[in-house]
Formats: sequence, C-alpha cells, structure tokens
Amino acid sequence: MADREAIRPLQVLTPGSILGHAVRRREDPRLITGTGRYVDDIQPDRCLHVAFVRSTLAHATIRAVDVAAAAAAPGVVAVLTAADLGLPARVGFQMVPEVFARPPLADGRVRFVGEPVALVVAESPEAATDAAQLVGLDLEALEVVVDAEAARQAGSALLFPAHGSNVANHFAPRGDDDVLAAAEVTIQGRFVNQRLAPVPMESEAILVVPEAGRLTVWATSQTPFGLRAEMASSLGMADGDIRVVVGDMGGGFGAKAGARPELIVVAAAARKLGRPVKWIETRSENLVGMTHGRGQVQQVELGATRDGHLVGLRARVLADVGAYPGIATLLPFLTGQMSAGVYAIPAISYEAHCVVTNTTPLAAYRGAGRPEAAAMVERAMDMLAVELAIDPAELRRRNLIAPDRFPHTTAGGATYDSGEYERALDKLLEISAYPELRAEQARRRERDDRVQLGIGLSVYVEVTAVGIGPEWGAVRIETDGTATVRCGTTSFGQGHETSLAQIAAEQLGLPLESVLVIHSDTDAVERGTGTVGSRSMQHGGSAVHQAAQQVRQKARDLASHLLEASPEDIVFVAGTVGVAGVPERSLSWASLAATAGDRENLPEGMEPGLAAEADFEGDGSYPFGAHCAVVEVDLETGDARLARFFAVDDCGRIINPLLAEGQVHGGIAQGIGQALLEEVVFDDQGTPRSASMLDYQIPSIGEIPEVVTATTETPSPNNPLGAKGIGESGTIGSTPAVQNAVVDALSHLGIRHIDMPLTPERVMDAIAAAGQQGRYERA
Amino acid sequence: MEQSLRVKVNGQAVKREVPPRLTLADFLRDRLRLTGTHLGCEHGVCGACTVLLDGDAVRACLLLAVQADGREVTTVEGMGEPGRLTPLQRAFLEHGAFQCGFCTPGFLATGEALLRSGRRLSRAELPDLLAGNLCRCTGYGPIVDAILEAAGSR
Repeated sequence: MADREAIRPLQVLTPGSILGHAVRRREDPRLITGTGRYVDDIQPDRCLHVAFVRSTLAHATIRAVDVAAAAAAPGVVAVLTAADLGLPARVGFQMVPEVFARPPLADGRVRFVGEPVALVVAESPEAATDAAQLVGLDLEALEVVVDAEAARQAGSALLFPAHGSNVANHFAPRGDDDVLAAAEVTIQGRFVNQRLAPVPMESEAILVVPEAGRLTVWATSQTPFGLRAEMASSLGMADGDIRVVVGDMGGGFGAKAGARPELIVVAAAARKLGRPVKWIETRSENLVGMTHGRGQVQQVELGATRDGHLVGLRARVLADVGAYPGIATLLPFLTGQMSAGVYAIPAISYEAHCVVTNTTPLAAYRGAGRPEAAAMVERAMDMLAVELAIDPAELRRRNLIAPDRFPHTTAGGATYDSGEYERALDKLLEISAYPELRAEQARRRERDDRVQLGIGLSVYVEVTAVGIGPEWGAVRIETDGTATVRCGTTSFGQGHETSLAQIAAEQLGLPLESVLVIHSDTDAVERGTGTVGSRSMQHGGSAVHQAAQQVRQKARDLASHLLEASPEDIVFVAGTVGVAGVPERSLSWASLAATAGDRENLPEGMEPGLAAEADFEGDGSYPFGAHCAVVEVDLETGDARLARFFAVDDCGRIINPLLAEGQVHGGIAQGIGQALLEEVVFDDQGTPRSASMLDYQIPSIGEIPEVVTATTETPSPNNPLGAKGIGESGTIGSTPAVQNAVVDALSHLGIRHIDMPLTPERVMDAIAAAGQQGRYERA
Repeated sequence: MEQSLRVKVNGQAVKREVPPRLTLADFLRDRLRLTGTHLGCEHGVCGACTVLLDGDAVRACLLLAVQADGREVTTVEGMGEPGRLTPLQRAFLEHGAFQCGFCTPGFLATGEALLRSGRRLSRAELPDLLAGNLCRCTGYGPIVDAILEAAGSR
C-alpha cells in the first residue's frame, strides 16, 4: 500500500462544509422561467443576419461563384466569398501539417458537402435564406473518397494532392514484438465505432457586435479564450480587441471547442460591414457542418491463457478524420493510451492511421478517443469470455489491475492515478442482482422464448484533463463581504456557477449566497483554457480552491494581527473570521476587506487587498466504473429494448452529487444513443443521408430505461480536491455495456459480434446470417 | 403582403401585421421578444419550441403565426416567474430535470398540457406521452420524476 500512502491528504474541511452536498443550482431559476440568455435571445438594433452557401458536392473545384442575383435580392447587404474576406487558411490543430490548412470559406476547391463557400448578409434571416438560394455555384466534380479504408489505399483519389496521400498521420506501434506469442486462445474482431453527430440542442450560434474598434462576440463556445485567440489571429487583431462572452449555452459535448471557420467568417463580416451580424445555424446545417465524432475501424486481437489470464492485445485502428484534419488526428492516440482498459494486459501492440475523406471533419465528441478504447476492449473481453466459456464478470475480475498497483503504467502507455476496479465491479453485480439476471436469461433460453434477455457488462476507465494546459481561478473578497470567484472554464449545463461557488465557500466559511461566480467573459476573466475533456472541476475547481485557500490564509494573518491573536486560533465560522472560543472577538468579511484595502492597517510585508489567483496545472485523472445493461431482444423483429441499466461510477471526490449524478445519467443516455440508434451516414458520393433529426435519431425518452446509479469514491492524488472528471464517464461506460448486452442475448445462436448502432435491421441481419430467422410465429 | 393577426399571448391581447410565412415561433421570439421559446430543429422533431395553443401542446416551428389567429398562446413566460413558479416548474427544480435548459420550456409546455388534461399519468405511459420532446443532457429520468410529482400534487 506504499503507493496509496503517497496520495496527498485532502484539505481539512471547514466545519459544516457544503462541499460534497447536493446543493441546488443557482442557474436554475432563470432557465426554468425562460429568462436565460442564449445567443439568439440577444437581438440588437440594426442586426444583420447570415445564411451560408454550402457546397452541394463532396469534392470539386470551384469554377465560379455567381453572386449577382443574390446581391440584388431584397434586403441583402452583402454577399461575400473567400476573395472578399481574404482570411488566412488555418490548420485545425497545432500538430496538423500546414498542407492541410483550411480556408474559412472554400477557396478553389471544396472537400465535403456542406463546406461553406459564401455567405449572404441581409436585414433579416428570411432575406438571407432566400438570397442564398440565388447564389450560383459552378462546381466541377472531382472523384469522391468517402470510405476511410478506401481512402487509405494507394491509388485512391487525393483530397490534398500536395500531401501525396490521404493518410494525415500515423501512430506507429512501439516495437515489433509478437504480443500474442504466449496466447493459448486468441479472439479476433473487426469493430466499427461509427461516426456520430454531437447534436447539442442549441446548434452553433454567434452574434458579433463591432463597436469603437473592438468586437464583442456572443458565442456558444466551450473555449471562449481559444475562440478569441483564433479569431484575433485570423482577423489580424489583438486579443484584447475582442471580447468573447458566452451566456447560457444549450450543450456542446466537445463540438463547440475551438473556432469553427464559420465563426471567424461571421466576425470578419461584422467588421467589414460595421454592423452587428448574427448567425444561427439551422439543424440541417448543424448535422453536416458541425464536427462529427468517433469514426474508427478497429482490427483487434486479444489473447489469453486457457484459464482466462490476458497475455496480449494487438489493435490496428483506422480513424476517419473527415475532410480537414483537426483534433481528430490526436484522438486515436488517446484510444491507444487507454487500450488496456482496466486490465493488467502485459503486452499491447497498437497502431493507428488517420485518413482524410470527403466528409464532414471530425473532432472531439463526448469521450473523444476514450469511448473507442472502452468499446474495443470491452467488446473483445466479451468475445473472449464466450470463447473460454467463462462468465464475463469472472473473466474481467481475473484480469483487473489490483488496487495496490497504483499509480500504474499500462502497456498502452498511460499512467493511471488511482483505481479500485474490483470494488466497482462488485458493487455493480450487487445492485444489478447479476446472478438472478443470468438465471432469468437461462430460463428464457431454456423455453426458447421469442424475446431473449441479454446482459452486458463493461468495466471502464478513462482519462480526463490530460495534456490540455493550466486553468485560471481567482477569488476576491468585496467590501460588502461577499466573494467573487472568477474562473477560465465555461459552463453549458454543468452548473459551474454552483459547484465553483461551493469550493470557494467551503474554504472561506461563507454561505453560498455570498459567493458570486463569473466565467465565460474574456473581459471579466483574466485567462482560461475552457471546458473540454472533463477538466473543469479538477483544473478550474482546483485553481479556485487554491486561490480561496490563499485568501483564507491572508485573512487569517490579517485577523490575527487585528485581533491580536495567534494565527492558529483564528477560525472561519458563519461568514465571520474570529478567535476560537471567543465569539465576541470576530470580524466580518466586509470589515476585513475594507481594512485590507489600506496599507496602513496591514502587518509588515502584507500587500493590500483580499484577493488571490492561481493557475492550476496538474496531471490528468482516471475515472472508472462498471456498467450493466439489461436488454430484451425480439428474435422475430430484431428489436432490442433496454429493460434496465445499472451504473457504478467513480469520479474521485464528489463536489456536488446532484450535478455529478446528472452528468452520469445524461452521459449514459448519449452512450445508449451510440449503441442503439445513432449513425452519420453518407452515400457513395459523399451526400449526407442523416441531415435531419428524422434521419439522425438521438434517444428519446422511449429508448432510455430506468437507470440505477451508485458511486464509489477513490480520490485522485493529482489535484487538491481529489476530484476526477465526470462529464464523459457515463457515455464511455454505457455504450459497450449495451452493445455487449445485445450480442449476449444472441450468443446462444452463435452470434459473436454486431456493429453499432444495433438497429432492428442489423440485429435481424445477424440472426439471418446465423440461420436463425423465422423461428417464431408472428404475434 | 402582410396579414392581420389577433392573438392572446400569456393572457394579453396582441394585434400585429405579419407576413403569412412567419412561423409562430419566430413571431413569439422576434416580434414579441418572448425568447423563452427555443428553436432546436425547426423541422418538428425535437419539441424545444413547444407552446400551448388553447391549452394543447403544439410545435411553434411548424405552425404559422396566422394559424394562431383568434386563439390563445401560452409560452414559458406565461407559466411562472421566479418566486411564483408553477407546481411543474417547482418539481423540475426539485428533481434537477434540466441541465443546459434549452429544451426545458418545451418540456414544460408538454408537461403542462398533460397535467391540464386531467388524465391520470403513470410512469409506464409517460414515455409515449413525452417522446416528442428531446433532451440531450438529462437522460430523461428526472423529467419523468418531476412530471409525476407535479401530477400527484394536483
């Protein structure tokens, strides 16, 4: 247990601390009454509206763009093309070579259906939309590459001829050892982790207001500072000349990080025209223009001894990154890092290629590289369990990384901070009454029921807040005795106004009502990285925690000086700072703040003011858990319906259980969506077939069963809160559990794998391929 | 060509000249500045824009404003205010039935119509009754709990 002792002790809590309590959200009153402020709710005078003209072909050279008719249409103020705006082409991510740079408006060539070519700016959204129909795009079709495996072949048509290949980048395996040499049993699989659309309920939205040489940008962004930086560099402005404000925001799920080309274009148009310009993306635009997620084909071999001990994993991943490489070229690296999952796999050989195709670019989507790893490993574990005739729970248990082996560096290359995997699995088996589920399954098989039961497990680990950079937090005591917290993270439903306030209130002994949180405004917050990779609590929260701790120490020293008491005797109780055991000798925060403003009142060497800031940068953390899906599959129709879902999740120390549980439930629903419903589809000419919410189905209430949740708390040693991210865990754990459940329901028919989404059609195809169709009379 | 529209919105009589193509949602949001009604898809799937039309839950993105002529519309702004919430709004708060809040006004409208219908609501049938409203954040469980609680309190 030496490693565990190395875990730093948690901070001593203020008595009666509100940390860890299910505090109701302060965001709620405005959102429940319709008085929140999303981008489109801001309606400035003289505002112009944008409609984009988008490519109708997946791959073509642009011969001409005829804007004359559109420019003459009623209400139109301008029709702008790449030539009119002269914006620089940018690569989508630091590590992407310059050859893949994308012009914000297509210039000379289009590479996916939906790529913006021009924009109409008009006095009303209707006028802009009408006129956009009048823009003539003269496109000369080029050969289209849609399928990632085809794109990788030598001789494929090229998206970027100057690059000489469609392979954007390659993660080579480390060493050439035969990692399966010692295996007595090996299973093989080809798993498609299909392409998904993020579908935040609020699509992309931006309003840019030029004023006195500055731009005020109202955006729906997870990374306001990143957006500002990219916008400023593209427009040739100083960062300080742009103010990005994010008000209320209707979801993001990874796809609202960074700066979409359209956002830069709208800002350039506002600057050029000198009037407020707004763009509200339509849903169909959103489904083809906002980045997609996932999109991997995985060739997997998992080897074990006959008694069920893993010996090696070989994985070859082909990742589709869409038409313009961005952060999607990094995500397969994370898949490789997490390819050991929760298991002590002695040897792993992992290789990935990222290829460009004539499709919507891919980027982060809830989980971003880690769900692909969890799905790969957990699917392979179930196949292995069938092969070895060992119960899947038991096979998992035999191979879990033991709790005394942390920090633990896996053969995948990641160093896990802390974990108690068997405890999570045990708890799951308990709350799901797993043996009874298996007994019911056996009964149905025995009776040859038409509706069979499937039980799917996944024991997952993921990584949060890894390699993203520091986060900034600040705390200041105001002269009215309240505290103002500022933080560089952004909230789009997570409730940071509540949880960050809890963290500061806990350190300062202040009631929650006395703590105001300011975020998502680049004029009001010094700096920030943003909300991506489930990092906000552990990085932003830790920065706020450290700043609050500094304020607390300074307040203690000042009170000690003013009250002539020893610093050790100073206590923080009920919003006051005073001497332990002497209630009449105490100071209000208001008087302390007022006193602290004047250097004459301060002890030697103390700077005026009761404020502090911190940049927190710590290693990432590794949340984990165990999920169990119970599914009923109708063998006659292929319909797979979830009956129950059980989840045990461990995100380290929980700041607010209400918010953490909300993240888990929502994440599970999204993971179920991938398993059963969602898939972005293109035809062989790259035309989107899933460009409406009729064609791209996200889960409705009808697909989500009762979800029973439980938690364990294994603190992270990597931040002072002991917190791990919880934003993506539910999605990561649930998808393989559901997929495994559906396959498990059919395993007695000889079916070993079905790719997602597990629609009735796919399930029926698998049943037919197993020669088991038509066994039951139609009801 | 504009048409005259007389409609009662949240209890107040409104008279406006509107183009026939204007949707009810755009009328509410842009003309009356009742921005609590949100547009999530504008093709009738997501239900974010749901409002009450003479007490029925309808999708404001699929109705033209002129179709509301002579009728009564209730939006989230007409349901309650901070400190004077409806039982349904209170139950949504109590159960944490929303995160980003974008779909919430639509769920409130659908839920309100169900509560006003006087029918007995059961956990088993709510999925069928609520399938026309999509939420990407909560996983729906707390929404069901909230509606059932509000139904029980009537």
